[in-house]
Amino acid sequence: MAELPQAARGFGVTFFTMFKKVVTEQYPEDRDKYPPKPRFHGRHQLNRWADGLEKCIGCELCAWACPADAIFVEGASNSEEERFSPGERYGRVYQINYLRCIFCGLCIEACPTRALTMTNDYELADSSRASLIYEKVDLLGPMLPGMLPAPHPMVPGLTDSDYYAGKVKGSVPEQANDRPAAGGLGATS
Amino acid sequence: MGLEESLPSGVLLTTVEKFAGYARKGSLWPATFGLACCAIEMMTTGGARYDLARFGMEVFRASPRQADLMIVAGRVSQKMAPVLRQIYDQMPGPKWVLAMGVCASSGGMFNNYAIVQGVDHVVPVDIYLPGCPPRPEMLIDAILKLHDQIQDTKLGPHRKQEIIALEAEALTAAPTSEMRGLLR
Repeated sequence: MAELPQAARGFGVTFFTMFKKVVTEQYPEDRDKYPPKPRFHGRHQLNRWADGLEKCIGCELCAWACPADAIFVEGASNSEEERFSPGERYGRVYQINYLRCIFCGLCIEACPTRALTMTNDYELADSSRASLIYEKVDLLGPMLPGMLPAPHPMVPGLTDSDYYAGKVKGSVPEQANDRPAAGGLGATS
Repeated sequence: MGLEESLPSGVLLTTVEKFAGYARKGSLWPATFGLACCAIEMMTTGGARYDLARFGMEVFRASPRQADLMIVAGRVSQKMAPVLRQIYDQMPGPKWVLAMGVCASSGGMFNNYAIVQGVDHVVPVDIYLPGCPPRPEMLIDAILKLHDQIQDTKLGPHRKQEIIALEAEALTAAPTSEMRGLLR
């Protein structure tokens, strides 16, 4: 009967485990209690300037930086009638294939205007390949207060350099008056 | 499959469908099919902190005959593809496949001759999970979305009607070559 104290010691470990803190995260119910770290690489977001113009200039540097070739960008020229971003060019087509994207963040480092950043969203699973190619409408950030949906002209008196210097604090009424009647490609949400 | 497939369409069948869906999603047994780094996250998901046992799937079966969910975790090389197919064929139906991570889903960053560009070339995939590798919460999220699919599974005459409807829809769908718009 020399094993009995040994066995009691073993069961003692089991017994005292009952008083330890539970490590299990109740994920779907308590997901807000365990947020990812602020710098977590999640789904991308295309940002806007404070007046609602898009930051993306269609330069394709993100697509060139992407090691998995997950990004497709097609730029087009802004015109005075239909302006989506300050400056000459805007991203007309912007697609990220989330079945190729490895969330490395090289596209974020490559972006010269901070148009592309990453959010903390990670619940991306879906049942078809086509639904995991995210378009520009899926990626564009939300319209915050003071923003005006593109296309619309730049703030009067400011140039694109002023936009990049961060001098735009919000939209002004003149921009809304000059808007074209029909919304263009980027006029969603 | 069994008796439930020969039930007539009606209230009885919908009740059986709901019960069968509930029972199937409540005890999914995954086959261990870890191929690369995603398998580490899959093991973490089965561990104490994320605890897949909360969803009745703590038993990762090493034998495919006792498993009904194949979590393809990692890149599938051309040489591994027949093995993957054989394991899938050995699993008893009803069975589901979860392509975990971008390599299993589409080849990911390994766009080369050695890697199968998505396991859906080899086996039918029910749910795709992006991420490189996906964090355990993402895997649990994909599994819960798969649970919803399993709950809505049709049986017997309902499944036959669904197949006919899906085929009619597929026949009238525009071919990719005729699609116009931004997706190209």
